[in-house]
Amino acid sequence: MSNLTDAVQVDLTPESGLPTAVVGKAKSKKLGWFFWFCVAWIAVVIFGAIFAAYLGLQDPNNQNFGSINQGPTSAHWLGTDDLGRDIFSRIIYGARVSLIVGFGGMLIGMSVGGTMGMVSAYRRGVTDTLVSAASYVMLAFPILVAVIAIVAFWGHDLWKITIIVGVASIPLVYRVVRAATLSYATRDFVTAAKAQGATDWRILTRELLPNVLPAIISFSLIGVASIIILEGALAFLGLSIAPPTASWGAMISESRTYLNVNPWLALFPSMAMFLFLIALNLVGDALRSAMDIGEGKL
Amino acid sequence: MTEKTSTEEFPFVDEHSGPLLRLTDVNTSFHTVRGEVRAVSGVSFELARGETLGIVGESGSGKTVLSRSIMGLLPRSGVSQSGSIVFDDTEIVAAPVATLRDLWGAKIAMVFQDPMTSLNPVVRIGRQITESLRLHTSMDKSEAKATAISLLEQVGIPSPVERFRNYPHQLSGGMRQRVMIAIALACAPRLLLADEPTTGLDVTVQAQILDLLTSLQEERRMAVILVTHDLGVVATRTDRIAVMYAGKIVELASTTKLFANMAMPYTQALLNSTPRLSDPSHTRLTAIDGRPPDLIDPPSGCAFSPRCPYATEQCTLEAPPLRAAVGDESHLFACWNPLPGASAGAVLTPEGAS
Repeated sequence: MSNLTDAVQVDLTPESGLPTAVVGKAKSKKLGWFFWFCVAWIAVVIFGAIFAAYLGLQDPNNQNFGSINQGPTSAHWLGTDDLGRDIFSRIIYGARVSLIVGFGGMLIGMSVGGTMGMVSAYRRGVTDTLVSAASYVMLAFPILVAVIAIVAFWGHDLWKITIIVGVASIPLVYRVVRAATLSYATRDFVTAAKAQGATDWRILTRELLPNVLPAIISFSLIGVASIIILEGALAFLGLSIAPPTASWGAMISESRTYLNVNPWLALFPSMAMFLFLIALNLVGDALRSAMDIGEGKL
Repeated sequence: MTEKTSTEEFPFVDEHSGPLLRLTDVNTSFHTVRGEVRAVSGVSFELARGETLGIVGESGSGKTVLSRSIMGLLPRSGVSQSGSIVFDDTEIVAAPVATLRDLWGAKIAMVFQDPMTSLNPVVRIGRQITESLRLHTSMDKSEAKATAISLLEQVGIPSPVERFRNYPHQLSGGMRQRVMIAIALACAPRLLLADEPTTGLDVTVQAQILDLLTSLQEERRMAVILVTHDLGVVATRTDRIAVMYAGKIVELASTTKLFANMAMPYTQALLNSTPRLSDPSHTRLTAIDGRPPDLIDPPSGCAFSPRCPYATEQCTLEAPPLRAAVGDESHLFACWNPLPGASAGAVLTPEGAS
């Protein structure tokens, strides 16, 4: 509904081309309080993960056999696990693993897959055919199986896991960025830039990149969420970071044995993961629709 | 329709130096799954410094491909080119991209058809102008900005300082085309290719843009190739006109002579299909029957013969060469049966009159 009125208002822009208040209004689409709430939540999680050591939390690996498998108490806000470790503290420290793997992996995926996607869409021809074919081959592989196999052989340090999931995300990122770039690569303004003597590098970075950036940003947030799930799945299978280091996936995995004794143990890390992922997805999606400049509005 | 009186409006044209642009037997064809499309075949002409040449033809007559060929802007794969295009001692056909890049924007510039899509929607127009200045000249950021603002002023954009920071969507179509012209003129090119520069604009704005181009051209002593399908657009603003049909030049003459003595039935058909203000209301538009020929498998003989009211058997068998009219070396046309009204001057040379 609001899209419709926006479009109509822009059409009414007078021929003189004066930037009217109407155009300005159409541009700043309201993101809403819920969007900012999600952003705040993501910020809190990131802040907590970075400054966990300075928050006066209990040692996440400190075992206390005096209080095992407790529900929420005043001493342990979210209870304790089977070794008496503080769940609240473990969730905050565990966020580090998810965040590093998620954002680090996406960074790898974006820098390799994103660059290849843009170059491939801009150059077309043989380059495009070959890289596209390679991406299809990689996509045809079940990611989880491939990752499990590699982790099993190569080991599961934090940085190894990050590289593995990052590489696994390359073909998907490549396809998305390539598709986004393709729709701009044949536009007149690219030819016009070329006709002014711009080099390929300049066209890629200054003409195409600003246009595909909205798509890249929103997709990468959703991509981070998918990678965190992948890491969770690995942890659940015992193939992520080695214990006792906390990670959300590992905590959920460890809680399996005590589900009937202490369901809190499974609930809190699951909630942490769920809330963080849903916030990432909502923010990514809201950004995508807010930055989506429909052709009719140009 | 008013006619351009003479070429004396451009007294600054340097007669001593050679032509700015020389095309010799230019062929451009595209390889498609259906076969080879000969979009431009056997085009030759010269363009003097400061001259304005109009290239006129229907859609699909090869005029856009010709202008892109002159620019060297065609894709590298799937296209084959032969012949020679020499711009100011630089050969453009098969030139390496690095050579062309030094010409693009600096010596040859282009104004595109659709100002709605030829500006980057997410980049401020100021930066789109300074981009090319920074690229081709040694100007620093503030010099480039000052030049860009004065360019915006020259192309008739009010309050250029504020406009400098605008995005394309904040400007109307006419304003955007003015910005495109400012970008094209930024580095003072010697040749401006305007590919249907007014087709996407309102009729009222069209005249403004064309007048702007003419006045800027006079100030800058720049040669212009104006590509259009509208004879009305080129009638008052060009020194010479080349009429294209099926990838070939079928008539080439100075604007005055072309309108006074047109020899090609196709030129006449194009002119007749232009609506006139003097016509009474509800006059039916005269259209040219049939469609432009398939360039993959063009008809034998004259490509226009299937649609030509004057076609004879000879026309369908043998393609007429482009030759000069008797008594006027500068008027070229390709027709076996030039228009009867084409006056005594336009009679075929003896070998063609068989």
